[in-house]
Amino acid sequence: MTSIPTSSLEQNTPEGAAMPADTTKPPKPKRQRFRFLANGKAATGIVILGIYILFAIIGPWVAPYDPGARSNDLIQPPSAAHWFGTTHLGQDVFSQVLVGCRTVVMVGFLAGVVASILSVLIGVTAGYLGGATDDGLSALSNVFLVIPALPLIIIITSVLESANDLLVALVIGFTSWAWNARVLRAQTLSLRRRDYVEASRATGEKTWRIILFEILPNLTAVIASGFVGTVIFAVLSEITLAFIGVTSNTTWNWGTILFWAQGQQALAQGAWWWFVPAGLAIAFLGTALSLVNFAIDEFVSPRLRSAGKTKVKTASGRTVRMRVGFTPVLEAPAHADARPVPSINPHGATPVHRKETAR
Amino acid sequence: MKYLLQRIAFYVFTAWAAITLNFFIPRMVPGDPVQSLITKFQGQMSTQAINSLYVLFGLDNDKGIWGQYLDYWKQLFHGDLGLSFTFFPTPVSEVISGSIAWTLALVGITTVISFFLGTGLGVLAGWRRGSWTDGLLPVTTFLSSVPYFWLGLIAIYLLTGPGSFFPSSGGFTPGLVPAWDQYFIPSAIKHSLLPAATILISSVSGWILSMRNMMVTVASEDYITVAHAKGLSDRRVALSYAARNALLPNVSGFALSLGFIVGGTLLVEIVFSYPGLGFQLFLALGAKDYPLMQGIFLVITISVLVANLLADIAYLLLDPRTRKEG
Repeated sequence: MTSIPTSSLEQNTPEGAAMPADTTKPPKPKRQRFRFLANGKAATGIVILGIYILFAIIGPWVAPYDPGARSNDLIQPPSAAHWFGTTHLGQDVFSQVLVGCRTVVMVGFLAGVVASILSVLIGVTAGYLGGATDDGLSALSNVFLVIPALPLIIIITSVLESANDLLVALVIGFTSWAWNARVLRAQTLSLRRRDYVEASRATGEKTWRIILFEILPNLTAVIASGFVGTVIFAVLSEITLAFIGVTSNTTWNWGTILFWAQGQQALAQGAWWWFVPAGLAIAFLGTALSLVNFAIDEFVSPRLRSAGKTKVKTASGRTVRMRVGFTPVLEAPAHADARPVPSINPHGATPVHRKETAR
Repeated sequence: MKYLLQRIAFYVFTAWAAITLNFFIPRMVPGDPVQSLITKFQGQMSTQAINSLYVLFGLDNDKGIWGQYLDYWKQLFHGDLGLSFTFFPTPVSEVISGSIAWTLALVGITTVISFFLGTGLGVLAGWRRGSWTDGLLPVTTFLSSVPYFWLGLIAIYLLTGPGSFFPSSGGFTPGLVPAWDQYFIPSAIKHSLLPAATILISSVSGWILSMRNMMVTVASEDYITVAHAKGLSDRRVALSYAARNALLPNVSGFALSLGFIVGGTLLVEIVFSYPGLGFQLFLALGAKDYPLMQGIFLVITISVLVANLLADIAYLLLDPRTRKEG
C-alpha cells in the first residue's frame, strides 16, 4: 500500500521546536495549552478523525436499514430512500458504509496500538542498551521491514481458518511495527548521550526509570507519528484483505462492499454509487490521518511548514525569492522618499533595507 | 566493499528467515488439505506428488520437525515448490515463471519511473517552497491515501468500455500468442497503460513528499548558503549541492519501502485481471491453493531482496562515505 514513510523525524530532534522566549510581557507568561491545534492541518485532521470515530460509535445505531437486509430495489441509484443507492440484492449501501465504519476504525486503532507497543519495546530497548541486544533487535526489525508486509499478512490470514476482526488486527500489528522501531532506535541513540540522561545515570537512577521518565517523554512525537502511520497502513491492509475475500465476509467493512461491487460487476453495470462512497470514505480517513502526521512533523521541525508566499516583487520590478537562511537585501531606489516596502510574509525572512551609499 | 558484504550477509539472513517462516506457516493449517485434494483428484495423483505435498505441508508424520525442515530445503534447492492445486498437475514453479515476467515489466518499470518522477518533483517542490508547488501537497496527500485498487476501479469505470481505446482487463488481446512480434507487443503495451498509470499516480506522491521534506531540511544547511555566496547559479546549487545530498535518505527509503509498494501494486493486477503474480495470488486464494500462495510469497520476497541489494549498490555509488570505510 502507500505507506511510504515520509516522516523526517529521523533527522530532527524533538528539541528542535523550541518556543521563542517571550520577554516583552513579564507578568504571567501564558502557556498555550493546545498549541498543536493551532496548526491548520492538525485541526482539519482531528476534526475529520473525530467525525469518523463518532460514526464508528453510533454508526450501527443510526443506520437506516440493516446492511444485510434484502429488498426489491435492486441496483437503484441514490434516492431519498437510499442515499447511496442499493446493491444487487437491494441492500442499502449507505447503511453498509455506516456499519462498516466501526470495524475499520477499531481494527486500525487496535493494530496501531499493538504495533506501537512492540516498536517502543524493541526500538527503545535496542537504542538504549546497545551492544549485542541492539544488533539482534535491529536485525530483527530490518528483516520485518524488508519482507513485503501485505503478501505476508495475506498468507497468514488465509491460512488461519476463522480470520475475525480481532485476529486480523493482531496479525497486522505484529507485522508492521518494524519501521517505527527503527525510527525510535535512532532517536533513542541520540537522546541517550544527552547531558540530562548522563546526569541521571551518574546520580544512580535505575535503567527502567531513566527509560520511562527521561527518554520516553521526549519520544512522544515520534511515537505518535508512528502510531498514526501504522493506523493508515492497518486500515488499508484490512480493507485490502476484505476486498480480495481473504477475511470472512460476515461483518461489514468498506473492503467487503468493494468485494461485492467488484464480484457483481458493478463497473460494467455503471453502478458507480456502489463503490465510490466506500473508496472516498477510505481516502478521507487516510487523508485525515496523514494531515495529523504532517502536523506532528511540522510541530517537531518547524522548517517543514509551508512558507506561504516567498516570491517578493521589489519596487524596481525585480523578483526576490526568500529562502531559509537568507537575508535578502533590497536596494533602495534613487528617490529616497518613496520607501519600497514590499508586502512581505511576516513569518518569512525580514529583508534588510540598504540605502544607496557606498558602492 | 565491507559495507556491501555486510548487506549481502543481511539479505541472505533475511531470505533464510522468510523461507523458514514460509515453512512454518502451513503448519498452522488445521485439518489435512492433502487428503481432501487426493479425494478431489481421485487417484490421478502420482505417489511422488502426494509425498511432495506431504513434505510441503509438514504432514509427513514419520519424520520429526527437523527432518521435515531439511526435506523442505532439499526440495527448494531443486526448484520444487510443490504442485499447484488450481492448475493441477502443473508444478508451482512453472505457473510462477509464466507470470513473473508480466509483474516484473509492469511493477518494476512503473516503480522505477515513479521513484524518479517523484524525486524530481520533490526537488522542485522543496526548492521552490512557497510557490505553486505547495499546492501539490494536499493533492498528493489525498492520492496517497486512496487504495491502489480503488483508483484502478475508478479508472476502469471512467476510461474503459465499449469503443474505448483502453482495454479493461487482461494482459493482451485474447487470441494472440505471446511472442516478440508486431502483433503481440503493441497489444501488451496497450493493456499495460492503464494499470501502469494507476500505480504511478498513487505511488508517486510518497516520493514527492519525502523528497520535498528532505530538500527543505538540506536547503537550510550552511554549505548551501556558501554555495549561493560563491555566486553559483541557482540551478547548480539546487541540483549538485542540495538535491545530491537530499537524495541519499530517499534512496535508502526506496529500498525500505519496496516491500510496501509491491504489496499494493499486486492488487492493481487483480483489479485489471493482469496476468502477473498478483492476479495469480488472487486465483490461488480463491482456490485455497496453498502451494501456489507460498511459492508466490517466496518469489516476491526474494525479488524485493534483490531489488534492495541493487538499491544498496546505488547508495554505495552515491555516497562516498560508505566507500572510504572499506
